[in-house]
Amino acid sequence: MATHRIRVTVNGIAREAEVEPRLLFVHFLRDVLRLTGTHIGCDTTHCGACTVLLDGKPIKSCTLFAVQADGRNVLTVEGLEQNGQLHPIQEGFWQEHGLQCGFCTPGMLMTGYALLQHNAAPTEEEIRWAISGNLCRCTGYVNIVKAVQYAAEKIRQGGSGPLNWAALPTQSQGEAS
Amino acid sequence: MIPPQFAYFAPTTLQEALTLLRHYGSEAKLLSGGQSLIPLMKLRLATPAYLIDINRIPGLDYLHERNGFLHIGALTREADLERSELVRAQYPIVCDTARVIGDPLVRNLATIGGNLAHADPANDHPATLLALEAEVVATGLEGERTIPVAEFFTDFFTTALRPDEILTEIRIPAPQAGSGGAYIKLERKVGDFAIVGVAAQVTIDATGICARAGIGLTNVGPTPLKAHQAETFLQGKRLHQDSITQAAQLAAEAARPEADLRGSIAYKRDMVRVLTTRALTRALERAGGHVA
Repeated sequence: MATHRIRVTVNGIAREAEVEPRLLFVHFLRDVLRLTGTHIGCDTTHCGACTVLLDGKPIKSCTLFAVQADGRNVLTVEGLEQNGQLHPIQEGFWQEHGLQCGFCTPGMLMTGYALLQHNAAPTEEEIRWAISGNLCRCTGYVNIVKAVQYAAEKIRQGGSGPLNWAALPTQSQGEAS
Repeated sequence: MIPPQFAYFAPTTLQEALTLLRHYGSEAKLLSGGQSLIPLMKLRLATPAYLIDINRIPGLDYLHERNGFLHIGALTREADLERSELVRAQYPIVCDTARVIGDPLVRNLATIGGNLAHADPANDHPATLLALEAEVVATGLEGERTIPVAEFFTDFFTTALRPDEILTEIRIPAPQAGSGGAYIKLERKVGDFAIVGVAAQVTIDATGICARAGIGLTNVGPTPLKAHQAETFLQGKRLHQDSITQAAQLAAEAARPEADLRGSIAYKRDMVRVLTTRALTRALERAGGHVA
């Protein structure tokens, strides 16, 4: 079966690889690029542990083929922290104990981050609505909501605001293998 | 779960996609949002040898009113329908529908065209488009034709699309003055299929008489269903508690649910009655009336 050469910008870095059409994007991230922060939970489009941002929108990377991401801009959980500084959404999960086992956390962080990009002051209902495609089996969601609220507050007070990857210069890191 | 191997095409024109589709026929599947197809491929319930990704074809993602219709491009994402000011203001029933499909992450990829062409009787848009008496545009190499949504769903997961046609547009008649609609879905949790869903659209004339009623049902038959008898019953009548109750009963009788993990036949039928009452009541309120 013919393979396809794809070029995807991941966390601001251009990555290239030769992939089989059936390779799922989450496997491309984890197995090809070795970015294992993105988790595989249910593998059936339910749990949202594999959430990443595709051109700024949160999607389930277990339900996308890597070939579909060719030419697109992707942000994963590894791209949130900048120069050793946690993004406010990460700090929020730390401060408010927004996790217990941590398995859903990468997805929760990405969905929370995406929400704050277009809603600087979400209500509890808006947060719960936004994360309704991300399942957590530990926390009961209460502290996750608080963590997102913490991040929103921190950003409003001038903490490092949402990043815009499209505006960042693209570095090339050659071919992944 | 890894899907079986397939060959992948990403055409950049409709012509190219149609040519591929004609060449590979039923061996090929179109990839739109992929939020139903990819899970089915992972479970190996769908095993297309060729996948034709239509996402790189420009000009299939739009939303505008023209010549008395709302035109929706087949590649329009559910999230865009959900957030559109035009849809929210003029077609709230479509907004009701989009916002209960899958979950917010799924809706960033899922498309309205895929929701229809997949023809899962559990999908939500069909009932709403049946209530609205919408039509779809099917495009083939020889040109376009329109198909009323009422004739589109021919059987379980089967549509009136020919194997070499692509669903390219949805057309919803602009509502007349005094119109309102609502879609209500009963689901166990976000992201689940409907136990039952009911769409209702009504038009009330200046004297408060129902000039037109459309009612569509989700997941209570092998195809999405139009509750014809309930619709006809309401025409020419004043909408009040009695007439709505009777119409809801007729809608329940039109349902042909099967018992499964989401409920028994009797339960689902009764939920059709309950949801039809609620949907008609909300539709009437949105049309500017109220239930006496």
